[in-house]
Amino acid sequence: MKTAVVVFPGSNCDRDLAVALEGVTGTKPIMVWHRETELPVGLGLIAVPGGFSYGDYLRSGALAARSPIMRAVADKAAGGMPVFGVCNGFQVLTEAGLLPGALMRNAGLDFVCRDVALTVDNSQSAFTSRYAAGETIKVPVAHHDGNYVADQETLDRLEGEGRVAFRYGEEVNGSARRIAGILNDAGNVLGMMPHPERRIEGAHGGTDGRRLFEGLLEIAG
Amino acid sequence: MKLRIHVTLKPGVLDPQGKAIEHALSGLGFAGVEGARVGKLIELDLADTVDDAQIDAMCRQLLANTVIENYRIERA
Repeated sequence: MKTAVVVFPGSNCDRDLAVALEGVTGTKPIMVWHRETELPVGLGLIAVPGGFSYGDYLRSGALAARSPIMRAVADKAAGGMPVFGVCNGFQVLTEAGLLPGALMRNAGLDFVCRDVALTVDNSQSAFTSRYAAGETIKVPVAHHDGNYVADQETLDRLEGEGRVAFRYGEEVNGSARRIAGILNDAGNVLGMMPHPERRIEGAHGGTDGRRLFEGLLEIAG
Repeated sequence: MKLRIHVTLKPGVLDPQGKAIEHALSGLGFAGVEGARVGKLIELDLADTVDDAQIDAMCRQLLANTVIENYRIERA
């Protein structure tokens, strides 16, 4: 499967994602700089990495969401291509309007950097098909602005439509309804604060993140 | 023309930074601090040809995230 990783000034998990994607798909992802206006053809996945794009100026992800490449990402997402945003990538996708809600400063104000328990809320999506519904996995988080906020109506809709992909199994950052990752209405865009790309090999202390990428590979055929 | 854009959190959106400031003021011994909310002030220097609709679009498309924030435009 051919994949692309979007790179902004200040991205710092782009290499982690690239290594994870190459390890699972066997093909080196194409790194796409934010100034590009087009994505390579024939992609099976666009990944938006973690980091501190544009130094988190204005709001986390706000400036990256308005960069030229994101228009191309939005077009591909509208066409049904899987788009996966991790951490700052999740913030970018909400700022770009590809996912609802916003990510605010952690409730405890601290930067939270540790392994957390996640429960898989929806195991039917393209991203979670290799997990069992209700399964608990362990994946690290490393963020300052991971406090998911949306109005009650949006939260109810996300839950009602099975669009909460992952939920924290413990209190982490004050997120509404302990939401850790959400899907768009078509199910082809996932944003999540935890880092599955950092749980790919045994040396990482676990491989719970690997199945997310394997599931996508399986669907791409 | 010079403009000041005030970006504030919508009522009901929790503001952990504001809460921390509120607690810190109380901790300094100031009585009667009943709330604090943190916002942003953005000063813009614009050509006189920029019209109100464009300024409003700047606020909606970038300066404020209208999911969580309100904005107010002040002419200096």
